[in-house]
Amino acid sequence: MFRRIDPEINYNQVTVYIDGHGVAAEPGEPLAAVLLRLDCPIARKTPISAKPRAPYCMMGICFECMMVIDGVLSRACVTAVQQGMQVERQCGARDIEAWKHKK
Amino acid sequence: MDKYSTIVVGAGIVGAAVAFGLVRKTSRVLVLDGNDIDYRASRANFGLISQQGKGLGMPAYQQLTRQSVGRWSDFNRQLSALSGIDPHFEQAGGLSFCLDETEFRKRDFVAQQLCKQSGGSPDFEMLDRADLVRLLPDTPLGPDVYGACLGLREGHVNPMRLLLALQQAILRRGGELRSGDAVNTIRPVRHGFVVETARDRFGADSVLIAAGIGTTALAAQVELDIPLTPQRGQILVTERLKRVLPLPASGLRQTREGSITIGFTEEDVGQDLGTTVEAAVVMSRRATRILPMLRHANLVRQWAGLRVLTPDGYPIYAQSQRYRGAFALACHSGITLAAFHAGELASAINAGDLPNTLAPFHPRRFYVQKN
Amino acid sequence: MRHTVDLAIVGSGPAGISAATEARLHGLSVLVIDEQPAPGGQIWRGVERNEGRNHHALGKDYRVGIEFVMALRASGAHYMPDCQIWQIESGFTLYCTRKQDSFSVRAARVILATGAQERPVPFPGWTLPGVMTVGAAQILLKTPGEIPSTPVWVAGSGPLPLLYLTQLRRFGGRIGGYLDTTPVRNIRNALPFLPQALRQGSELLKGLSWIAKLQFQGIPTFRNVRSLEAEGEPFLKRLHFTYGNGKARTIETNVLLVHEGVIPSIHMSMGLGCEHSWNEDQQCFVPVLDRWGHSSTPGLFVAGDGAGIGGAKAAVTRGRLAAIGAALSLDKLRPAEGERFSAPLRRSLDRSLASRPFLDQLFRPREDVFSPPDETLICRCEEITAAEIRALARIGSPGPNQLKSFTRAGMGPCQGRQCGYTVAHILASTQGRSIGDVGYYRIRPPFKPVTLGELTQINQEEMPL
Repeated sequence: MFRRIDPEINYNQVTVYIDGHGVAAEPGEPLAAVLLRLDCPIARKTPISAKPRAPYCMMGICFECMMVIDGVLSRACVTAVQQGMQVERQCGARDIEAWKHKK
Repeated sequence: MDKYSTIVVGAGIVGAAVAFGLVRKTSRVLVLDGNDIDYRASRANFGLISQQGKGLGMPAYQQLTRQSVGRWSDFNRQLSALSGIDPHFEQAGGLSFCLDETEFRKRDFVAQQLCKQSGGSPDFEMLDRADLVRLLPDTPLGPDVYGACLGLREGHVNPMRLLLALQQAILRRGGELRSGDAVNTIRPVRHGFVVETARDRFGADSVLIAAGIGTTALAAQVELDIPLTPQRGQILVTERLKRVLPLPASGLRQTREGSITIGFTEEDVGQDLGTTVEAAVVMSRRATRILPMLRHANLVRQWAGLRVLTPDGYPIYAQSQRYRGAFALACHSGITLAAFHAGELASAINAGDLPNTLAPFHPRRFYVQKN
Repeated sequence: MRHTVDLAIVGSGPAGISAATEARLHGLSVLVIDEQPAPGGQIWRGVERNEGRNHHALGKDYRVGIEFVMALRASGAHYMPDCQIWQIESGFTLYCTRKQDSFSVRAARVILATGAQERPVPFPGWTLPGVMTVGAAQILLKTPGEIPSTPVWVAGSGPLPLLYLTQLRRFGGRIGGYLDTTPVRNIRNALPFLPQALRQGSELLKGLSWIAKLQFQGIPTFRNVRSLEAEGEPFLKRLHFTYGNGKARTIETNVLLVHEGVIPSIHMSMGLGCEHSWNEDQQCFVPVLDRWGHSSTPGLFVAGDGAGIGGAKAAVTRGRLAAIGAALSLDKLRPAEGERFSAPLRRSLDRSLASRPFLDQLFRPREDVFSPPDETLICRCEEITAAEIRALARIGSPGPNQLKSFTRAGMGPCQGRQCGYTVAHILASTQGRSIGDVGYYRIRPPFKPVTLGELTQINQEEMPL
């Protein structure tokens, strides 16, 4: 949905893992920005009717970009990317036990 | 001036339940409710339909509770059908977790005493940890969970959906409901009462005051002395989670939507609806001892309500000696007692007199000390 | 936690930074708590990182931010980034989480400088992936520097969409078209305020020049746009809209940016029990403040756009005034000094706000923003439609809190930030009351979700600052 302004410059020095897939990213950039550059920019599916949602406000006040980030359900738009960050999309209500066993 | 058979003051769980019972029997019922930001105990009700620990030393209350719990299923069916709203009622048992042997022994003692007091009704069962794990195979209980007391006939409901269903049913049955119209005065007149709000004035043959903490001031106007004090309870609610707790527990239950509510506090702070981090910490500690996986769950909101407490914690049902059509009631177990309120109590009020079985709940039991 | 400061400031935009530097001048110990990883708030977001990168294309108003941020860094104020406040108790104790570690700090005075948010614009399909706010796109422009990869359509009213489109052009972005939702009658209503606004000179002319630039650059523009309906499965694919004199059109797009003005972020000020009043011109609640920005909660100040929409210059001034107010209340300044320092600031604030009445009228949102069609999701979090809210608004005339408890609207993670105003408007129109009368949700902590584990492990040790 979005692309880098200057795609010829490579700012990406770290790798984050989104649903297990490694994605190159710039250290310190908002995780939601990384998400928006992917083919699938969906952040989650709603717990009520499993509708797909993507980042909407980018400033932490809509909570659409909530993803399980290193084990905690957090907003991707106010989370700065770090090397090795583990990110999971949430589909439906949170299954904490399943996540714990996967670790 | 509009005239009604009965005016119910207060459209919280208590007032609305009685009004729901009344509209099915009587012609004109008006329910007058206070404001959006008043102290609304119903918004902080936990939603339990419970018997555990209730009425030890007051057999009438134990009996009242048993009776209401037994009628809840029918009540739910009637209410759902009439309102078209499902209040998420479940009645498959309720638990009180015990986190050490001392808690367990205490609960066991109380359960046995209650059983004796009721002449042997098998309402409770003590479960040790092994029993508990068998009962809840998919619940990741923490190592501190020693056991629990199971209330065999207990259950839970969504308090706000219950209230919505009651209010919807009242309207569908031809009752009237006015919000944001708090009652200021109740004046006994020749053939009934005149009830005044800031905006309007109404007449009624009888009046039922179920205004929560506001009941005291209003009841005094019909010569009823109803002593009440507020007790703050704080509640935490988490994000929606996959089902982990199939049965409600005292202070901890998972709603139909999946969020988990936690409520363990009893504070004397006057009319203060503030929340404290201290309470959030204390409640989180106990909740995560019962379900350690909650450590990873997000708290979405914390709020508080003021329980309507009578001096001994048992309900007050009173009819004015001088003005026979005036009734007042107060309790803090409005959900458990809702079936009774909508059924037998509404019938009695409609007939014009409280039954003798409710005599133990008259506030005169408090007046003795005043001499 | 053991650390105590004179003044804690929440937010590091123009108001937060200016309050910090001003307070330092008067000898207060200052802690700035910021949710973002670097200072600048939204308007100067990423300004340190963008030095030498995209600066010039982002404009002068953005570039000036670097001086402010440098002043903050040099001021001696403690700056704590990546830090989310979830509760403030009186006294004050501020509870925060930083990278899953929870702790508290104590401050004698607090200034909330949390800025503004965009007004929620509910319409059918607004929750589809691909629909975002103009503000969101602007943030992405700054951090990390990205633009829509397909031609973007912008629908809205106000200076921000125009600024963004201008900037997007400079960065090589492609624009599908601009849907101007400004109602035609607004121009007539705004004209009486124009002379006063022109006193502020360049700001207004700048805004008008953006409009001119757009028109002359061949971007398809539709005026007097009324209704919007977004469609697509699973992402946004097309948009239906009406414009002009009831004409209708459908366009294909994968990215739609919407904007209907900005409103003060009142979540924290409401959650802390401050009194608010309804501002009819700006169609929002604003905290009730004295001339120093002091709220009805003792010791708590509000500065910047959170005090009332005024723009960056006004935010800077309000930040400084609040800092002086805090210093006065802590006896770090004598009353005469306070008056002397604040007098020029008040004159500056008057000048900065001179164009507000004109802009408020010119960009007053269209009615449809407040009364969307029945099938519109009003509460995004709990997926509640306008129809459900309207139906329950008739059961006994509930207020917003009773309605919240009935429908679950406002009970999701955003705690009403995206639905509170719409619900209030629907109640007001269904029940024939004014918004001021209807009121707003009761906001409660936590101000952002915090895990139960974090709660049980609140760090009691000395916080290294």
